[in-house]
Amino acid sequence: MSEPILSVSGLTAHYGDFQALFGVDVALEQGEVVAIIGANGAGKTTLMRAITGIARISAGRVRLDGRDITGTAAPGILMAGIAMVPEGRRLFPSLSVEENLLIGAHARRAAGHWNLESVYRLFPALRERRHHPGTALSGGQQQMVAIGRALMSNPRVLLCDELSLGLAPVVIREIYAAFPEIRASGASIVVIEQDVGQALKVADYVHCMMEGRITLSGRPGDLSRDAIHDAYFGATH
Amino acid sequence: MFSLDTIVQGLLLGGLYALFAAGLSLVFGIMRLVNLAHGDLIVLGAYLILGLGTVTGMNPFVAALIAMPLMFALGWLLQTRLLNRVLGEDILPPLLVTFGLSVVIQNGLLAAFTADSRKLAAGPVESASVAVGPVQMGVMPVMSLATAVAVILGLNLLFYRTALGRAFRATSDDAVTAQLMGIRPQRIFAMATGIALVVAAIAALYLGTRANFDPSIGPARLLYAFEAVIIGGLGSLWGTLAGGVVIGLAQTMGAAINPEWQILAGHVAFVLILMVRPRGLFPRAID
Repeated sequence: MSEPILSVSGLTAHYGDFQALFGVDVALEQGEVVAIIGANGAGKTTLMRAITGIARISAGRVRLDGRDITGTAAPGILMAGIAMVPEGRRLFPSLSVEENLLIGAHARRAAGHWNLESVYRLFPALRERRHHPGTALSGGQQQMVAIGRALMSNPRVLLCDELSLGLAPVVIREIYAAFPEIRASGASIVVIEQDVGQALKVADYVHCMMEGRITLSGRPGDLSRDAIHDAYFGATH
Repeated sequence: MFSLDTIVQGLLLGGLYALFAAGLSLVFGIMRLVNLAHGDLIVLGAYLILGLGTVTGMNPFVAALIAMPLMFALGWLLQTRLLNRVLGEDILPPLLVTFGLSVVIQNGLLAAFTADSRKLAAGPVESASVAVGPVQMGVMPVMSLATAVAVILGLNLLFYRTALGRAFRATSDDAVTAQLMGIRPQRIFAMATGIALVVAAIAALYLGTRANFDPSIGPARLLYAFEAVIIGGLGSLWGTLAGGVVIGLAQTMGAAINPEWQILAGHVAFVLILMVRPRGLFPRAID
């Protein structure tokens, strides 16, 4: 098997005095989608924040295409080729939709499939609203802006934190419908999902987290509902 | 009640106050930092222009052009070496540091230039005036208002029409998410303070040519500037210009009634406006 594009090994991180991650291992193969599922507080978001350099890593390694990027500050991680769609979208309220997209390419102007035109083709609803403030859009459209903003840097790895949070099922389907084109553009994807059904549908590989540890890993077809249930809630019954 | 002349002079004075305030407004808008040394940095700029003029014999306007990049460099160093280290959730440390900086600059200038009053000699243009209808306007005050409008216009174009301005606004909105865009907030802040001190150098030119200055006058300039920023609404550059004009108008009107009331009238106007509009005239929609 070839070297994974992104590999996280033995990752430990703290949230204040609280240890949020206990030696987490995740590997993302080139062109794949990996989903990380788990309940609130399982450590999924901390894992994303540790990879992107927002949260400090206490121990363990993060490698991008074999290169050790552990401890690099957030701007350096973006420059290396990892872009994130943060939880809650975090659009810039002072910026219009188009400016929110452009700021995604502010620092990293890598050659690739994504530019304003291709993002508008991917999410046509954004084109006509491009001069509106980003935060004046509906939740689903804001999520599209956040994804487009991350794509504008033409990342090698796209991290998506809770894309479906607070959105209607029809909107969630619309957003995930963009994934084939994102994969085709060469980006490998990690998604965090609370919606297990959605995760199993979209991912090539699934990790389930609980209390800062990976409790179950496998291809969607190989995981039984019971195994996922136990890994998600703990096997106490 | 007030002559047209009084009102015109007030407008022109407002231009000077807007120049004092523009740098303060810019820095506050981007990093929520109230720079208590801003007035002293303007005075420092005036001494820099004075020193360049004394050493080389050049006109203050030319000296100011040379002072501008030097002040940018000073602002960059100040932000990266000092202010970035204290910026954070707590707003008190940067206030204390800039307060200390204010004391250091005043005493440094005192040691280097003594407490004597100085003035920048701009030549015949200082006393030149133009007649517009019944009103005589000094060329220098007209230039200071025109410069203030140009500076505010320029800063607005920078803010809303350039990639750097986009990064300024994004960082101001949410510095953590800005980092996910590859933006380094500390560098953005250094750029902002550098630009603020370029504006301070321009303000220094008009401060020094209009009246005498000595090392101790910085805090009073800061007060006018601060009032202009607050009246205009925090973070709004056009508001800052309006705020400067309000202070300038109030001062000349107060002085027209009784010369002793000039300074007081500016402060009274400030309090009155805050009573009616606590967030200033043009508050930014998003804070």
